[in-house]
Formats: sequence, C-alpha cells, structure tokens
Amino acid sequence: MNVVLLLHSLLVFMIIGAFVTVEIKNMLSAVISIGAVGFALSMAFLFLGAPDIAITQVIVEILSLILLIRATVNVDNVAIELKGESVFHNRTALIFVGIILVFSWFAFGSLPPFGEPLMRVSEFYLYNGLAKVGATNFVTSVILDFRAYDTFGEAMVLFVSISGAFAILRRWKREQNKDFLRIDREL
Amino acid sequence: MKEEKQSGMTFIVKTITNLIVGFMLVFGAYVVLYGHITPGGGFPGGVMIALTYILITLAYGRKVVESIVSGVTGSIMDDIGAIAIIILGFIGLYIGGTFLFNFLPKGTPFNLFSGGYIILYNLAIMLKVGMSLYIVFLALAILQRVVTTRDETKEAGK
Repeated sequence: MNVVLLLHSLLVFMIIGAFVTVEIKNMLSAVISIGAVGFALSMAFLFLGAPDIAITQVIVEILSLILLIRATVNVDNVAIELKGESVFHNRTALIFVGIILVFSWFAFGSLPPFGEPLMRVSEFYLYNGLAKVGATNFVTSVILDFRAYDTFGEAMVLFVSISGAFAILRRWKREQNKDFLRIDREL
Repeated sequence: MKEEKQSGMTFIVKTITNLIVGFMLVFGAYVVLYGHITPGGGFPGGVMIALTYILITLAYGRKVVESIVSGVTGSIMDDIGAIAIIILGFIGLYIGGTFLFNFLPKGTPFNLFSGGYIILYNLAIMLKVGMSLYIVFLALAILQRVVTTRDETKEAGK
C-alpha cells in the first residue's frame, strides 16, 4: 500500500485528535485524546523507517499519559471557562498563524521531495560509521559517538530541570514561611 | 513483594503486575544493553525501567515501592548516572584528547562488546533517565497527597 497515503491519513487523525484535545470539556478525555495523537505520531515514525524514534515516542507517551492522568484524575474534572472578550486574541492568533504559513510556504518549497533525501552529511555516517565506531545501529553511533556532546547536554537538561523542581517543591523551610502554602493551593 | 492491606489497586491488578514486572525489567535491560546493535538505547530502556517501578507504585502503593527503591536511593543513583557520564567524558579527554572520546576498542560488529564505550554511555543514561523519571513520579505522588490533605482540612474547617 502507498506509504504517503497512510502517512496522510495518520496526519489527518492527529489533527482531529488535537482539535478534540483543545475543544473537549472533560480534562480526562483531553488527556486520553492527546495520548492518541502521540501514538499516531509513533506510527508515523515507524512508517518513515525510524524504529529508534518510534520506540522512544511510544515509551515516553505512555509515561506522560500516566503522569497526566495521575495529575488530572483527582482534580476538578472540567476545563476552566475563559471569561470576557476573546475576539482580539483570536484575531491576533490568526494573523500570526497566517504570517507563519506564508513564510513556511517559501521555506518548505526549498526542501527535497518526499522519499529522496539529500545525502550530504548522512552519507559520511552511513559509509564510515561501522569502521569508525563499530556499532551496527547507526543512530546510536551518531548520537553517542559522533554527536556525543549534544547527548551529554540533553541528559544534563533533565538533571537540571529535576533539580530545579525539587528545589521549588522541597518540604523544609515551608513550615516557617507560610507564603509557600499558596503554591500548593494554586497547584 | 509483600502484601499490603488497603493500599494500591485490586487483586487482579496486583496479580497481573506480579506476572509482568519481571518481563518489563528484562526487556528494558535488553533495550539498554543492545542499544548499539538493535534499535533502542539508554533513553527508552531507562524509561521502561522507570515505568516498571511506576507500575509497582500504581498497583501496590507508595510504601511497597519505597521499600524496593526509596526516593533517596533513586536520587543517589540518578546522581551516579550523571557523574558517570562526566567521568566517561574526562577519561576520553585524558586518553584521546577530546571530551567524550571513544576510548575503548571497536570490537567485531554484531557482538555485545562492540562499538567501544557506547554500552557504558547507554548504561549511564539508563541510570540517569530511569531514576530521574521515577523520582519525578514519586514527587508528584507526594505533592498530590499534600494537596488532597489540605483540601480535606479546608472542607473540614468549613
């Protein structure tokens, strides 16, 4: 079957899921529909021939679904209604989306057509990766050997963000400083 | 895993968890250790191992999972992963002249010990990612408990 047709149907499914996520009133249903969007994205990665990214997408989607359901299941289960006039916000958003569409029309026109990638940088990795690194999974040899410094930074991003979250959510000093209690109430 | 009364989910969920947890841990370790041969690597394998502990948390409650890997132990293992990555980088700097240089021998392709230091790097990333996501989940559970108890006291005060 045609891969492009399957990809387009997956993209339409993802767009519908995103609309459902934004428009639905029940928070739990919104979380589940954004999970459906994530699983469709992992299927799209699988059709494009990227099993590494597909595995990571599925696993991280499961984890974020569990976290989001855990965060929303006991809270008041209805979305917050926005009060007041929102015509100005809608118009501003539409203008910015239009500007981005106009520029992306020119930007995407310069990309190579689907299925015919440019083989400038990846050619080097494909021909020399096995001799230089010795790993048969070229994705791993790129992210952990040729571009190991980038992966180092990505691992440290997680470390720094979790350190920051624990610094904010720590329990000591909270009993002395009553202003911290407001954070809990707003969460 | 010892039985706990009145914590976690029903008997069906606990039985299925007992059956499935070993397979999940072994598959996560496989994805990490063979990350340089088949698709996978430290990040998805680490998240799989974190999901194993999260499954135990959901099925059995927080006390049981904290008797296996407590929050402090998870945080220490997280730090060990981060420090191991930096140490690997500095060993490469000492031997090869560049930070994160691949200092181990290449080996024969399709063997487990091929690709130099990639397997060590994958293990360090597994510790880092898995344990940090696990302690994020534990922290979220603690925070939720604080919020719910505060709401209950507020309602009781009314």
